[in-house]
Amino acid sequence: MPPTRFEPSQIKNKHKREQILQKIRKVKTQAKLQKRLALAKAEANDPEAKKKRLAENVPRTLDNMREFDPSIMTADPSSSNQAEGSTSAEAIQNEQAADISTDPFASYFTTDDPSIPPKVLITTSFKASKTTYEFCDELVGIFPGAEFRRRKKGKGFEMGRIAGWAADRGYKHLMVVNEDMKKPNAITLVYLPNGPTAYFKLTSVELTQQIFGHARATPHYPELILNGFVTRLGHCVGRMFQTTFPPLPEFAGRQVVTLHNQRDFIFFRRHRYAFRSEEKVSLQEIGPRFTLKLRWIKKNIPAVYNLGESPAALTIEKDDEEDAPVEESENKEEASEEQPTRKKTIPPKQDEYLWQWKSELETTRRTFFL
Amino acid sequence: SVHVIGLMGNNSARFLAQLTLRPLSSPPPKMQSDDVIWSVINHQFCSYKVKTTTQNFCRNEYNVTGLCNRASCPLANSRYATVREKEGVLYLCVKTIERAHSPANMWERIKLSNNYAKALEQIDQELQHWPNFTIHKCKQRVTKITQYLIKMRRLKLRQEPKLIGVKKKLDRREATRERKALSAAHLERSIEKELIERLKSKSYGDAPLNVNESVWQAILDREKAGKEKDTEEDLDLMDDETDEEDEDELEEEMEDFGDNEFVSDFSDEDDDEDEESDEESNAVRRGVLSLRLRTDLPFFALQTSDEESSEEESDAAETKLGKRRPKAGPSKKRVEKKPRSKFSIPFSIHTVLT
Repeated sequence: MPPTRFEPSQIKNKHKREQILQKIRKVKTQAKLQKRLALAKAEANDPEAKKKRLAENVPRTLDNMREFDPSIMTADPSSSNQAEGSTSAEAIQNEQAADISTDPFASYFTTDDPSIPPKVLITTSFKASKTTYEFCDELVGIFPGAEFRRRKKGKGFEMGRIAGWAADRGYKHLMVVNEDMKKPNAITLVYLPNGPTAYFKLTSVELTQQIFGHARATPHYPELILNGFVTRLGHCVGRMFQTTFPPLPEFAGRQVVTLHNQRDFIFFRRHRYAFRSEEKVSLQEIGPRFTLKLRWIKKNIPAVYNLGESPAALTIEKDDEEDAPVEESENKEEASEEQPTRKKTIPPKQDEYLWQWKSELETTRRTFFL
Repeated sequence: SVHVIGLMGNNSARFLAQLTLRPLSSPPPKMQSDDVIWSVINHQFCSYKVKTTTQNFCRNEYNVTGLCNRASCPLANSRYATVREKEGVLYLCVKTIERAHSPANMWERIKLSNNYAKALEQIDQELQHWPNFTIHKCKQRVTKITQYLIKMRRLKLRQEPKLIGVKKKLDRREATRERKALSAAHLERSIEKELIERLKSKSYGDAPLNVNESVWQAILDREKAGKEKDTEEDLDLMDDETDEEDEDELEEEMEDFGDNEFVSDFSDEDDDEDEESDEESNAVRRGVLSLRLRTDLPFFALQTSDEESSEEESDAAETKLGKRRPKAGPSKKRVEKKPRSKFSIPFSIHTVLT
């Protein structure tokens, strides 16, 4: 009689069925384990073979299967894939030149004294709770030029107005920690005086106290590591964070602040490092850790909707063009002499979004924007 | 019914006497169906009734008080008055028995003046001989409505914090993705790698403050060993090295930082233009700004070692930058020499002050 295969699943007795299946499973796992051990043994003697195997079997991850984004900044754009002939080397250089001229962060890179930390004003949404204040304490410790102020309620204390005042008083950044249900849930980072406003969702906040074996922070200016900011938008965000720290770090402090972007999540970490050898460095974590996710970026500082504002008074235009400029210039001179040097930064009336996260933009799992 | 009184006791006599006297608040004799309606609504079912542990509420739009009472029920009272607001205008809504048969015309709407005092006077006028309870409740309602309209107008002018709904599904999804991104990030590993690279590429200068003497010596020794190997291979390299040590300009070229990648392409290009004028400060700034933005370029296959990747990137950087500036030496040799010669301007405090 020819051998017939008797499937274990046909056994009606559950105990017996389970027994048989366990035996089969055990045999299979043992075979697999033996194979792996044999491979490991062979490769222990022959590292080249291991390298070869690893090189052949590169796993596909979301990060290396990422969707193509034309705004990814590469070192040599002319060599990258060009779908249309429009992106020529000249066009790219023109674009870059335009970017340089309209760079909102230019003032950071052209300061006279790189050891002055940029001033950061940290505040919360109105009526914050204890957890938010604790988090703000930590933030003040992170940024060397940071100051904390409590937020007041009322008509004249909108975010745009506060940004205007801060800009006039020489602050470079405004950071507003938003709160929901007694927990900080978002950070709005405004680059002053005219700079972009970015809104991040804040998650996984762990304060210094909660980290086991944490190091103690010193007032030295930290080094900065910005990982994974690939696209144009990512560059913008990365530079925004860069501008919050003083340009010249104090290496004697051996502190490093990392903002690592992975799949659109920006992980903030602060470590103290020590080089143990040429190839080894040991890290001890200081300070809070949190995760940010970019939700939107606006072009200017936040707008203040002045609803109920009476419309501007009617002005009659003068017909004579020759007289008008002369008069205006005279008036301007007088005005400038009277006023002190304090400028007045007026927040805009309307918001202009540069980028906004929308769930419909994420068409595949492999789409990332930063 | 007189003989009945004689048969009953004193209390019941008093009760019956009160019935005959008829106070004003009781329903007129014709519509005794009011009582019937109320007994049904109260004891059986009313769709407008909302029951709570302490109180009963009435959801009927025409109810003056909002509570479920005999006197407040618009269904169980054939003569009823309320004040309602539509689009900021107050109306006195009156219901009388005469129109009870036609529900479409049951409620008479009288527009009240915008002036609060005048509105109250109007109510007094219109409900002149009505029971005090109704008048009082209507006036209370007028007060409350005007108050909330004032508040609404004020709120419109203010900029209130924007309320956004919590999307549970989205939050759950993003939490999972964050967890996976964290495990894919290998944070500590990448930080360590970055720091070691900075150390090896001499971004910390000649005498770095953040390294142990022994470790720094080891690095310098290794570099010397590397150089000696190179000199054994090709003697010409020596001349190039001495030339470079003399000329500061070469060190400030972008190709120096072949192992590093630049953050701010734009500002650094600015610096390059001013290079000849202000070499030192530019070098400091450039060194300061040599923060490496790691670009995990998806189009390069996963590198097996860092050295290869940095070489590729340096190649790419050089070929790009070579267009803008003539190279001092042949590119091949530069690529072979990995650890660059030191800056002439280390990161010590005195140079910053100058």
